[in-house]
Amino acid sequence: MQSKVKQRVPESVLRPSLGDQVRAWLAHNNIIVYVAFIAVFILFSILLGSNFTSVNNVLNIARQTAMISIMAVAMTFVIGSGQIDLSIGSIAALSSLVAALILRDTGNILLALACALVLGAGIGLVNGLLNTKAGIPSFLTTLGMMGVIRGFAMWITNTAAVPIQNSTFNTIFGIGNVGGLPVLLLWTVVFAVVGYLLLNRMRFGRHTLAVGGNESAARFSGINTQSIKIRVMMMSGLFAAIAGVMYAARMQSGRWTFGEGDELSVIAAVILGGTSMAGGNGTIIGAVVGSMLMGMINNGLVLGGLSVAQQTIIRGAIIILATAIANRSNAKRQAS
Amino acid sequence: MSHGKTPASAEPTAGGQGTTDLLVMRDICKSFSGVPVLKDVNFTLRRGEVHALVGGNGAGKSTLMKIFTGVYTKDSGTVCVDGQEVHFKSYDDASQAGVRMIFQELSLVPTLTIYENIFLNNESLKGLALDRKEMRQMAGELLKSLGLDISPRELVSSLPVGYQQMVEIAKALSMNAKILVLDEPTASLTDAEVGMLFATMERLKAKGVSMVYISHRMSEILQVTDTVSVLRNGQVVLTAPTDQLDIPAIVHAMLGGSAEKSFEWVPRIHPPSDQLMLNVQNLQLNSIVKDVTFQVRKGEILGIAGLMGSGRTEILKALFGMEKVKSGQISLDGQPVNFRNVQQAVRAGMALVPEDRRREGLVLGHTVKANTIVTVLDQLLGGWMISEKKSNQLVNDKVAELNVKTDGINKTISLLSGGNQQKVVIAKWLAANPKVLLLDEPTAGIDIEAKGEITAIIRDFADRGNSVVLVSSELVELMAVCDRVIVLHDGVVTQNLDRHNIESEEVLQNAIQG
Repeated sequence: MQSKVKQRVPESVLRPSLGDQVRAWLAHNNIIVYVAFIAVFILFSILLGSNFTSVNNVLNIARQTAMISIMAVAMTFVIGSGQIDLSIGSIAALSSLVAALILRDTGNILLALACALVLGAGIGLVNGLLNTKAGIPSFLTTLGMMGVIRGFAMWITNTAAVPIQNSTFNTIFGIGNVGGLPVLLLWTVVFAVVGYLLLNRMRFGRHTLAVGGNESAARFSGINTQSIKIRVMMMSGLFAAIAGVMYAARMQSGRWTFGEGDELSVIAAVILGGTSMAGGNGTIIGAVVGSMLMGMINNGLVLGGLSVAQQTIIRGAIIILATAIANRSNAKRQAS
Repeated sequence: MSHGKTPASAEPTAGGQGTTDLLVMRDICKSFSGVPVLKDVNFTLRRGEVHALVGGNGAGKSTLMKIFTGVYTKDSGTVCVDGQEVHFKSYDDASQAGVRMIFQELSLVPTLTIYENIFLNNESLKGLALDRKEMRQMAGELLKSLGLDISPRELVSSLPVGYQQMVEIAKALSMNAKILVLDEPTASLTDAEVGMLFATMERLKAKGVSMVYISHRMSEILQVTDTVSVLRNGQVVLTAPTDQLDIPAIVHAMLGGSAEKSFEWVPRIHPPSDQLMLNVQNLQLNSIVKDVTFQVRKGEILGIAGLMGSGRTEILKALFGMEKVKSGQISLDGQPVNFRNVQQAVRAGMALVPEDRRREGLVLGHTVKANTIVTVLDQLLGGWMISEKKSNQLVNDKVAELNVKTDGINKTISLLSGGNQQKVVIAKWLAANPKVLLLDEPTAGIDIEAKGEITAIIRDFADRGNSVVLVSSELVELMAVCDRVIVLHDGVVTQNLDRHNIESEEVLQNAIQG
């Protein structure tokens, strides 16, 4: 062994062929969400025709799912690190109100934005500290925080909505278009790209998944696991606040009802996308596609004239079905 | 070490010696997708004997036992229990016939009591209700017959690992097991618990229970088994009574003479320098580590010997910033240091290969690559982002350098063998270019070929002027690798032995026992 020659690895190994890359990608990713996305799109196109396939409708789906998609980007980090965040819907509501109130009183967009985002990250910080320092599981801290923050959102305006008349704000963050594309879609792309690079190409993302995969091994590897968990929760709060700003701009008001039930849609999108509930892995693209898949299903069911009751049943059933299939293919992949 | 005895005949003992043969496996063959794993294996287990099954990883031990316990089906050959040919199709079939496996990873429910575990899925009933009184009484008798003085009402989670294993054995006995397969039963036991296990095995033998004993620890095999069978490349190459064998003979049979040099002391290419790397003075951590003083020179490999629970692991953790130092000084390369966390220790040039590679060393669900680069992400940046090219280059270099056997760097690490997993744990720390490498039981539970390779890696690291502190329960390993060995007893260093002063394993063994 001592005399073992250190071989230099040939360049071909470092630059695998496209075919090898595709195979490696297939082996490490859950493709069910992409297959389901295409299948559902084709199905609705046949059943609903141009009502569904029109550019307008497709862009509408993008608008409706933007907030869920952006929160799903951060939730991928949260679940990937072995935690959960149930407070995001409430954070979105409170930050929409904070932004609306500051805009009403000062008209300063930057100040409104800064306050909303700092608030979101701050609530995330509290969540993270309660989890790491007080040792309360994130499920419970954020379950409690969900109620506390929603209550604050109702309290600060006595449940009244706060209209936003600042059209610059509304255009940039909600209702504008750039080159025919809604800004909400562009923001989604921006945050998805940021999330993708952060998760896959930066230290923070790799450390996050190491903590979720085996916290003890991560600590033995010199990773400050508490700091990682706190930063992940701060990111989740921050992204929820961004979603709140977008709700506010799109609806041109702040309301305490925004984002109710979003936490569950977001978690479903992340899991549908192929991230394991157990932590240790995560896919941003999968989460965004999962979010759009659910948005598309909602849209198709509405266009199809189904009642709210029927929509709710079908949405639930699809989540169960898709996760079941994803689990099966996951198990197969790991066995191979 | 020289070979005291030549290995006994490779012919398996003839089967069918009347009623003394409880289990006879004859001409067992098994292939996986065309690759033969077992080739005409013959294995005979006599009534009331402890039969060691030895072999490197991939030699076919676990496949043979899985065929025997009904997990796999054989391609050809016969299995007879008590003279009757059997065809186990599942683990339950084998259980019914009195064959039980005692798993390495215990299969008890920690939140249930001892008696509830023993009778899980085999409950005594009074009408429709559970007959708890009877189960408790039966469990109590079973535990007593194993020499255990614990209440069957205790929760399994409150028991030390050694006792949990006893409960597992009691569970097997409650189902009238005639044959127990013990897979590395001592891997996570303290020395006292090992003693308890061996005493229990004696009692079981007296009752006529036969045991197959799988272990990498040669000294235990010599101590507790009656017969040894050695598997190599899917064939039985040696079956002989234990009292005719010694460690070199078994190792010789396992390796076929290929890598046995790994356990021999080879003079260092670069002897240790006179400069101090690590100076630990009067270290006190807790009630276990009371007053420990030792030095490690640059280029030196220092071994720490001591019984399990003597504070060996705690000392390494303290040097790595994971254990609070109550009093005493540590200096590294002339500088006093006081690490409050792992990050500080790593920055100063420390690295720790932990005791439990599955729980502490690796993220099992991640790839070889992700596990290797996790310590050095800072060095792999190209601009803001981690460079894929640099990462691949580094991991491929390390995989080649440490001879990690894997299909590729993107393979999930849980699919690699234990020895190769351990090489990755070492690789991830070598990648960080440490000055001091702390190793806690680095070769526990891995095959002998990988052990030899890891030994060579450690020596190579020290030859480059770095220092190594090695904790091991395998005294042979300490003798083969270390320049100097300190012995811990009762929280203090009782001996400081130069390599040349350790004449034999007995010397070291006696020193440890105090």
